Amino acid sequence: MAQVSFDGISKVYPDGTTAVRSLSFDVDDGEFMVLVGPSGCGKTTALRMVAGLEEISSGTLRIGERVVNDMPSRDRDIAMVFQSYALYPHLSVYENIAFGLRLKKVPKDEIDRRVQEAARVLDLAPFLDRKPRALSGGQRQRVAMGRAIVRQPQAFLMDEPLSNLDAKLRVQMRAEIARLQQDLGVTTIYVTHDQVEAMTMGDRVAVMRKGALQQVASPQELYDRPVNLFVGGFIGSPSMNMLDGTIERSNGAVVARMGSQSLTLDPGLLDDRPDLAAFEGRPVVVGIRPEDLEDAAAASDVPEGRTLDGTVELREALGSEIMVHLAVDAPAATTAEVAELAEDAGVPVPAGGGPDRSATVVGRFSPRSRVKPGDATQVVVDTRTLHFFDPETGLGIY
Amino acid sequence: MDTVLRAARRAPLNLFLLVVAAMWLVPTFGLFLTSLMPKGDIAQEGWWNVVSKPSSMTFDNYRALFNNNDLTKALVTTAEIAVGNTVLLVLIAALAGYAFAWLEFPGRDVLFVVVIGLLVVPLQVALIPIFSLYNSTHLFDTVLGLILFHVAFGLPFGIFLLRNFFIGIPKDIMESARIDGASELTIFFRLILPLGLPAIASLAIFQFLWTWNDLIVALTFGRDTQPITVAIFSQLRQFGSNIELIAPASFVSLAIPLAVFLAFQRYFVQGLLAGSVK
Repeated sequence: MAQVSFDGISKVYPDGTTAVRSLSFDVDDGEFMVLVGPSGCGKTTALRMVAGLEEISSGTLRIGERVVNDMPSRDRDIAMVFQSYALYPHLSVYENIAFGLRLKKVPKDEIDRRVQEAARVLDLAPFLDRKPRALSGGQRQRVAMGRAIVRQPQAFLMDEPLSNLDAKLRVQMRAEIARLQQDLGVTTIYVTHDQVEAMTMGDRVAVMRKGALQQVASPQELYDRPVNLFVGGFIGSPSMNMLDGTIERSNGAVVARMGSQSLTLDPGLLDDRPDLAAFEGRPVVVGIRPEDLEDAAAASDVPEGRTLDGTVELREALGSEIMVHLAVDAPAATTAEVAELAEDAGVPVPAGGGPDRSATVVGRFSPRSRVKPGDATQVVVDTRTLHFFDPETGLGIY
Repeated sequence: MDTVLRAARRAPLNLFLLVVAAMWLVPTFGLFLTSLMPKGDIAQEGWWNVVSKPSSMTFDNYRALFNNNDLTKALVTTAEIAVGNTVLLVLIAALAGYAFAWLEFPGRDVLFVVVIGLLVVPLQVALIPIFSLYNSTHLFDTVLGLILFHVAFGLPFGIFLLRNFFIGIPKDIMESARIDGASELTIFFRLILPLGLPAIASLAIFQFLWTWNDLIVALTFGRDTQPITVAIFSQLRQFGSNIELIAPASFVSLAIPLAVFLAFQRYFVQGLLAGSVK
């Protein structure tokens, strides 16, 4: 087990495309680090550089004490689980798992002991004689895991290992991998584009965008204090609502005004984000998490200056909660980050909005809410947890 | 009712296939029966008559064949040439195919195009120049000379076939092996060869058949080194009527490649790669 450290790692392809730019962070010994970002953000390339499957254009990569930039994969003492699993189709499950050990000339009885142990942990014991083609997707995934753990490597690398599984199995394997990693305590770098996976599995999460690292932090910190618009919008599901607004002072209170709507900011929030004072009279992007919205009709109290008015466009009942899409008379933020996030989520990129444009705000309401499409409704905003971003730099204001 | 209709609709196709099969099988069957006829009968009556009096069938011709030193020696020579060149060709073509498919080296794609280009060169154009080359290098009239010639002319197709098959093997498998600690050679022997078996078996069968049945190359580069085709051919020229030797020799010469084909055809399995990725 070892620390993996990225020091200014870049990847430039011969045609000039930069896949990864100056990546610097450390994955601590035994830590579960998740690399997350939209497709094409360079996370898989970064992982493949650790694996030795891509050359490193510049920077220094260390595994433990060793600089491994020019070391071939086979000498790096790492194990990788591929998105496709990449099992050896002509070998039995047993031989698939034993393959790496046989190459390392581990004694036969030791190989057998480790394979049997891995099979026990992964519930593969009844399938050891089968060929991969006779296994289900989940079992193949576990064989790939087994092949990694018997090696007892310095680090595990996982490249979207769950993306080929169906939703239910994915949730189950997610917990299983996290538990296994905890038990083994092996340094793990896990790549995914699914922010739920990232949040639930990682000790820390590194968010990437266009080849550059945005923020490395614990899941909670990413959620609470995103460094910029991109991280704010990427982390959280449904994603944060972003509205254009200005910070103003009225009657001694600080107010965020967005179109015809305004929210009085909580004094605690201002203490928490001292820099916000400097933005008085200037435009900001106001971020409101869906979970900080509640139907006023279902809320216990409706304080003044903490509500938005809107018209219900869509109601998605999930049983335990309701997702309500509201048209709110406030301009939607239209920075490059927002457009990129929208594109990644597969929704139409908002066209250059003017101040008269109304934004769609998504709220996560309690199932007690009775709103239905077409209703004009009032929503209560938890103003203690609003997020603010500088529209010019995209950086969070704290 | 449905099945009757379907059978009726298929009847013309089945009939056509039967005719085609008969066109191939009747002469072969005739050859086989001829080889079983007593020496005296062959000239007098057609091979189909032997069916009506099976008691006259005899293995004397085969006994004579296996007692004929020229022909048995020719069979051994043929086996040496066919097996030797097939093994050598498969080994070289597989290594080259792997390199062309999966190793990065400068000029790889240009070189591959050149190899493909060589596919259009007919071997007849090389007979004379290679003949002089063999003369001066003492390869003339040797089994090795024949093997090398067949390998050289089999390589473009072999490399082409195997490279295109190998490139279909998922890259992830090889990367996974590299991370597992495998060298390129280990990957070649432990993964590429077993996974490439369907293509390798096809190539081996093709090459074996081509070289087993070859006449022109052996006639050009052999004098005393005679494979079975040349031996049968010379029997024809020397004694116009010794069909009792030619028939069993031809049949044996035909049966061996057939046996090879049947032995290898089980490797033509579909879906060998199933279960490796996704």
